[in-house]
Amino acid sequence: MTALPLILTVFVACVVEAIEALTIVLAAGLTREWRSTFQGMAAALVVLAAIVAALGPTITLLPLPALRLVVGALLAIFGLQWLRKAILRATGHKSLHDEASAYLREVAAAKAATVSSRRGVRDWYAFTLSFKGVLLEGLEVVFIVITFGANQHNVGAAAIGAAAAVVLVAVTGVVVRAPLARVPENAMKFVVGIMLTSFGIFWGAEGAGVSWPGTDAALLVLVPLTALVSLGYTVLLRPRRGSGPSPAPAAHPSQEVASS
Amino acid sequence: MKRLKSFGAFWYDFVIGDDWRVAAVVVVALALTALLVHAAGVNAWWLLPVCVFAALGWSLRRAIAGPKP
Repeated sequence: MTALPLILTVFVACVVEAIEALTIVLAAGLTREWRSTFQGMAAALVVLAAIVAALGPTITLLPLPALRLVVGALLAIFGLQWLRKAILRATGHKSLHDEASAYLREVAAAKAATVSSRRGVRDWYAFTLSFKGVLLEGLEVVFIVITFGANQHNVGAAAIGAAAAVVLVAVTGVVVRAPLARVPENAMKFVVGIMLTSFGIFWGAEGAGVSWPGTDAALLVLVPLTALVSLGYTVLLRPRRGSGPSPAPAAHPSQEVASS
Repeated sequence: MKRLKSFGAFWYDFVIGDDWRVAAVVVVALALTALLVHAAGVNAWWLLPVCVFAALGWSLRRAIAGPKP
């Protein structure tokens, strides 16, 4: 595998996470105050950098079969989570993740909270909101960078993809000064889910001792096959007109709740 | 104790997600693959994709069917 597919996969995955973090940071910054928001963001970035610094070198010390087995299993499980959500959203069985409404919810909560200063931070609410948002979304970025990068012995390339995504979303956010609601997040999650699942299957099976027919070229079959199966499920589960449930989320109660 | 619980719940949600059965299928399928390769000498490259795609379909079906009592 060359560096380009690695960079692109990490880039798309990280754009999705960065957009979700941006929504929270904007809500905190625009409704509360920017200084505490940036302090929260900076603190989260320091924690994330520490996690990468601690886990990155440690994980690469594992023998390659063990690394591929563990990372493959995690990626497959993680990818299936993304695919499951994306298919449920695409078929109307789960409400679409809407950055505009997520932003409005955060703004309403931020406006209602009282201002209190703590530990040198002027607005503790803005700080914690920004810190949690960046840390939680950033953890997924870190997970993808470390697993993909370590498996390909190219954490640097994976980090380039992640950094490019974060910079692009941050710059766009500064220019637009609004949540990036027009980005087709569900479609991107669908694509990333396919990539994570395919690579998870490939590396996991290799770690278990399998020799893939065609070695690395097996991925050229595995990725389209995962896409085909996922699209097949999407078509099968899409409610038919006149029979079955309406695709409108409010008219379709299920145990699924809207989450990122 | 409460913090430990919420820490555990966070990682469970982060790694396992909405349906633990999917994670269980992946782990069992990998164990079976390793068993077939190392104990029976079968190059079972096909097993994991079959199990993963089946687990996805099963999980989607359960999600759409709604919560079980």
